[in-house]
Amino acid sequence: MKTNDVILQTVAKVVVFLILTFSVFLFFAGHNNPGGGFIGGLMTAAALVLLALAFDLQTIRKVVPVDFRKVMAIGLMIALLTGIGSLVLDVPFLSHTFGHFDLPLLGDTELATATLFDLGVYLAVVGVTMTIILSIGEDH
Amino acid sequence: MKEVIVESLVGILILLGALLSALSSFGLIRLPDVYLRSHAATKSTTLGILSILTGAFLYFMLLDGHTSARLLLGIIFVFITAPVAGHLIGRAAYRTGVPLWSQSVQDDLRAIIEQEAQSKERGRNG
Repeated sequence: MKTNDVILQTVAKVVVFLILTFSVFLFFAGHNNPGGGFIGGLMTAAALVLLALAFDLQTIRKVVPVDFRKVMAIGLMIALLTGIGSLVLDVPFLSHTFGHFDLPLLGDTELATATLFDLGVYLAVVGVTMTIILSIGEDH
Repeated sequence: MKEVIVESLVGILILLGALLSALSSFGLIRLPDVYLRSHAATKSTTLGILSILTGAFLYFMLLDGHTSARLLLGIIFVFITAPVAGHLIGRAAYRTGVPLWSQSVQDDLRAIIEQEAQSKERGRNG
């Protein structure tokens, strides 16, 4: 069935970028402000779901050619590896550290290994949410 | 002096926003059908929320010296999405056959939808 969804589709195209930007912002703000991997991942999944609502599932598969089950697995792997990395340096499992670095554009930046763990959480949340929604939304 | 001006401006904006939101809820209670209600619910609430957010944005920017990009983004986001939500609700209501108010006099979309249904029927038969 062909329906006329010009308004919804046009607005979705614009708004998805706002939501994705905000989700990345939330992900990086998580260390010192409210935010973090969980809510950032949910927000990214929400942007993809908005695309799936405005267009259809085939289009989403074409635009985001990612197997979300693998995303979930990679996220868990990253979280596990940050834990194992602390064992290599002979400190207890999941010990985290941070340091100050002079980056070219950002200047003095505090980089923490907890961000890597958060990246794992982010990918796992995106993967789980999108797997659930896409497999429920499937027609056959 | 600056604080007095800023505070009264912010106060006016936030009271205006609250008043508009209250007006829109009265519209939701008083108006007779879905379309008139969505007219009341989308327009005045959007403006109400925009003025409340603008008030908060100005307050933090001028008194605390903290420019909140999140509030600015929220203003843009609500301004873009709220009318579209109203449009989609009205459209879904019309397509599922919710009747107009009994005293409505004009319904231009009805003829077009009937034409569409007829051409679909013809396509199925031919």
